Amino acid sequence: MEKRVTFSKWTIGILFAVPQLFLIFTFFYWPAGQAVYWSLTLQQPWGGGNIWVGLDNFRSILSNADYWNSITASLIFAGISTGLAMFIALVLAALTDRQLAGSRLYRVVLIWPYGIAAPALALAFRFILAPEAGFMAVVNQFWPGFWDPGLDGADAMASIIIAFSWKYVGYNFIFFLAAFQAIPRSQIEAAAMDGSGVIRRFWDIQFPLITPTIFFLLVINITESFQDSFGIVDIMTSGGPANATNLMVYKIYSDGFKGLDYSGAAAQSIILMLLIIVLTIFQFRFIERRVHYR
Amino acid sequence: MASITIRGVKKNYAKTQVVHGVDLDFASGEFVVILGPSGCGKSTLLRMIAGLEEISDGTIAIDNTVVNKLEPRERGCAMVFQNYALYPHMSVAQNIGYSLKVAGVPSAERTQRIQAVARVLELEHLLDRKPMALSGGQRQRVAMGRAMIREPKVFLFDEPLSNLDAKLRVQMRSEIRKLHRRLSATSVFVTHDQVEAMTLADRLVVMNGGRVEQVGTPAEVYSRPASRFVATFVGAPAMNMLEGEVTLDGISLLGDSRKLNVSRTGLAVGSKVAVGIRPEAVRMATPGTPGALAATVDLVEELGAGRVIYVDLDGAPFSVVTSEIVHPEPGSAVGLQFAESDLHFFSSETGARLDVFKASVPEPAPATL
Repeated sequence: MEKRVTFSKWTIGILFAVPQLFLIFTFFYWPAGQAVYWSLTLQQPWGGGNIWVGLDNFRSILSNADYWNSITASLIFAGISTGLAMFIALVLAALTDRQLAGSRLYRVVLIWPYGIAAPALALAFRFILAPEAGFMAVVNQFWPGFWDPGLDGADAMASIIIAFSWKYVGYNFIFFLAAFQAIPRSQIEAAAMDGSGVIRRFWDIQFPLITPTIFFLLVINITESFQDSFGIVDIMTSGGPANATNLMVYKIYSDGFKGLDYSGAAAQSIILMLLIIVLTIFQFRFIERRVHYR
Repeated sequence: MASITIRGVKKNYAKTQVVHGVDLDFASGEFVVILGPSGCGKSTLLRMIAGLEEISDGTIAIDNTVVNKLEPRERGCAMVFQNYALYPHMSVAQNIGYSLKVAGVPSAERTQRIQAVARVLELEHLLDRKPMALSGGQRQRVAMGRAMIREPKVFLFDEPLSNLDAKLRVQMRSEIRKLHRRLSATSVFVTHDQVEAMTLADRLVVMNGGRVEQVGTPAEVYSRPASRFVATFVGAPAMNMLEGEVTLDGISLLGDSRKLNVSRTGLAVGSKVAVGIRPEAVRMATPGTPGALAATVDLVEELGAGRVIYVDLDGAPFSVVTSEIVHPEPGSAVGLQFAESDLHFFSSETGARLDVFKASVPEPAPATL
């Protein structure tokens, strides 16, 4: 039976909803609406009026090779870092689920990275991955020129992917472990009695049963990799070298606040928003079908 | 079909020992029920046979092959779990056929065998459903099918009926029995329900506190319980137990207020014993009948086919089951009669059965009449 509160007057219900509606309006719809408006105008860098230009901002951005490069970089970053963060977390959680001694410790320790602000962890990784002094300096000693994120775009991309994944492995791990633990032990035991080995049990029983969690984390990870990457990029590479790590979210900032192209930045943020919306819809339409909700 | 030999099996969890050295032999094709209260180690023992728990000490052999180190899949056992443990994301057919799929049986043969099992269990019309869409009894049947399809040497049942309602339980009980007659695979069935145990078992193993208390046919266990625990655990309502002390000419009950004449005792005068009598073995008599124990009625429970009459015997609780149509008023006096041969004696210290007594008809102390 469903418990439902009913109000005698609909006005009371509205009053209860007002604080929430107010927050959503102030912090989402208003700024989003403002961004849409700016994207359709040409803002003056130092204020003092604007000119209505229709879709010219979008035309100019979408015909710019730099912007397409930024989209490509963002998609590569999102794909690899989501895959990496989820895969590592899944493996760790599957192993932890089998031998649970000290699992409380893992839970606490592994959630910490998620609590660290992106710029702070980016700074840490900047030192760790520094080609001249960090851990990678040892590798460079043996293979000179192997690692140089300051010059090599692929190395720079790898650095920000490592930093981002490190943060989200902990987050994903917690969810995966909880999902594994929610599977009744007897189902695994029944599969063992049915002759299924450890790996087979994982693919036939555990994996299908945690698909709701995998799907949830996929949506969250992809969305966050488009948005939460800003701090990491800013501290570690500032979009370089040669725009190799100039992700969409970073380009909005640098074009808007460094290049003072407010209108172009507004248009870019609209495109980023649309991209995330489209990706999320795609995930719900085509991937959710394969999810087994219990 | 396979025999199971259990020798000195122990189980420790960290520092607690839950199974203290069990020795059992199950013959090939036998239906054995392990009965005991929760926490007695019966499920642990079953899981050790299955290979889901490690054996801390001793050996378990299936068909004379020691299986201690074998994986569950190498032991040839199938198990039905208490909560059925069906795979929620698979259809009924997939659930039943999973072991064949793992074993690499070709799809056509698999379908054929699934159909055959489904026919026996009357699941044919449900094969495409998910477990979510099944009733408790149907889920139970799917779990049975999953065990059956492998044609295992040994069937293990871990309280498989405890999640069903009373009516379904009775029905599934007889189905399990029929199934066993058909397949005649060695079956080990764990339960805390004595009705289940009595009705299903060829042989009954009663466990308590990690030890085997008695092994025997249900009739043997009922008529000659090996210990005080078995006497009170098997049978409903439980066997009446009266504390007594061995005297020169018999046994004095309930602190000297009643006396039992026994012709011979093998025990030292002054030692403590417990005297047991099944409620079904007691007859009601009019108060004051010579040789009857006087008691006061506390409560009458109507069962339809019979009545349970709870009486007070100088403060000790005592129950009588009768099929006579009698409804004595609470508070009224009654007499209780029973045959000497229906008495059971247990040591008060160890709880072990004592067969040294030959009891005569009890003679109530005149003062209490």
